[in-house]
Amino acid sequence: MGMAAESQFHVLAVDDSIIDRKLIERLLKTSSYQVTTVDSGSKALEFLGLHEDDTTNPSTPCVSPNNHQEVEVNLVITDYCMPGMTGYDLLKKIKESSSLRDIPVVIMSSENVPSRISRCLEEGAEEFFLKPVRLSDLNKLRPHLMKTKSKDQHQKQEKQEEKSAFQSPKQQQQEKEEHQQQQQASNNKRKAIEEGLSPERTRPRYNGITTVV
Amino acid sequence: MIQMALAALKTQLKNFVQSMFDEGVLDSQFSQIQALQDSSNPNFVDEVITLFCTDAERIITELNKYLGYQSVDFSKLDTYVHQLKGSSSSIGAHRLKLACVNLRQASDDRSKEGCVRALNSITREYCLLRSKFQTLIQVTHDLIVFVIRMIGLKLSDIMVKTL
Repeated sequence: MGMAAESQFHVLAVDDSIIDRKLIERLLKTSSYQVTTVDSGSKALEFLGLHEDDTTNPSTPCVSPNNHQEVEVNLVITDYCMPGMTGYDLLKKIKESSSLRDIPVVIMSSENVPSRISRCLEEGAEEFFLKPVRLSDLNKLRPHLMKTKSKDQHQKQEKQEEKSAFQSPKQQQQEKEEHQQQQQASNNKRKAIEEGLSPERTRPRYNGITTVV
Repeated sequence: MIQMALAALKTQLKNFVQSMFDEGVLDSQFSQIQALQDSSNPNFVDEVITLFCTDAERIITELNKYLGYQSVDFSKLDTYVHQLKGSSSSIGAHRLKLACVNLRQASDDRSKEGCVRALNSITREYCLLRSKFQTLIQVTHDLIVFVIRMIGLKLSDIMVKTL
């Protein structure tokens, strides 16, 4: 409310349990993230723009040529134990995809199995949370998200430089100005997020009956 | 008078929730859920409880069904118990979670008798939990209705002092 969607981090949460989806959504929103929840690994891949059916030939990429996702996802948090595609399978598919491998992935599990944890971390998961996940766990997400954001900006910068080699000076100037404006806007908004000034936080907390339960 | 009545209701509610913690029916995870409720999400606890109960009943029904077969599919049982254990853990339903652990054990042991006993225990714990949740929701609603009536009588300044 009051903040444009593009300036918030967007997290995709994957869990087959309806209660856990509700909880993780609330936890993420409380931490000022934009959230999408899905109930399976295959739906997650669909949302990310990856199609499973191109898997017959191992030498060709199992990815549909879709470098521009409709909606940008900055982090995927997934349950480990799910029917069909497990969280581990989902992690692997993301890390094997050229378009998605830079998205940080976090695994959640109700079971504390050391071999499972190390397998996930080895495959590229940034964190492994034991369920039930708490608000304090989500604080560990921010550094991974900030890292991606600055990497993204660096890549955009490189693309811009490539592009300007083929543009007339006037075109270059126009695009530069537009980009600077966007940059300024998103920097201001990001600062606001970092300082915890999300509208929900500044709303006064009543010590009212609604919080007694 | 109104102040006293309100305070009494609030205390009743608080004590009731505390008793659920003391008896081990609920654990600290439930407090985490309460903490996620605020003015922007005033029905959060209610919603989670409702989702949980619907899901738990679905699972218990399935468990009863699979345990009723001549030849028990223990791996199917295990899948369902795993789900119920997970939900119980997520909502902070401590005793129900422990009952699930017992069913899992009996299922691992491939003991149909053991599973039946464990499922009975799960059903008992769930029914106890559900009735307590219903009381919790009822008392909370009574409190809210009480407050709304007071606001209706334009005694809002008393509310502010009490709250």
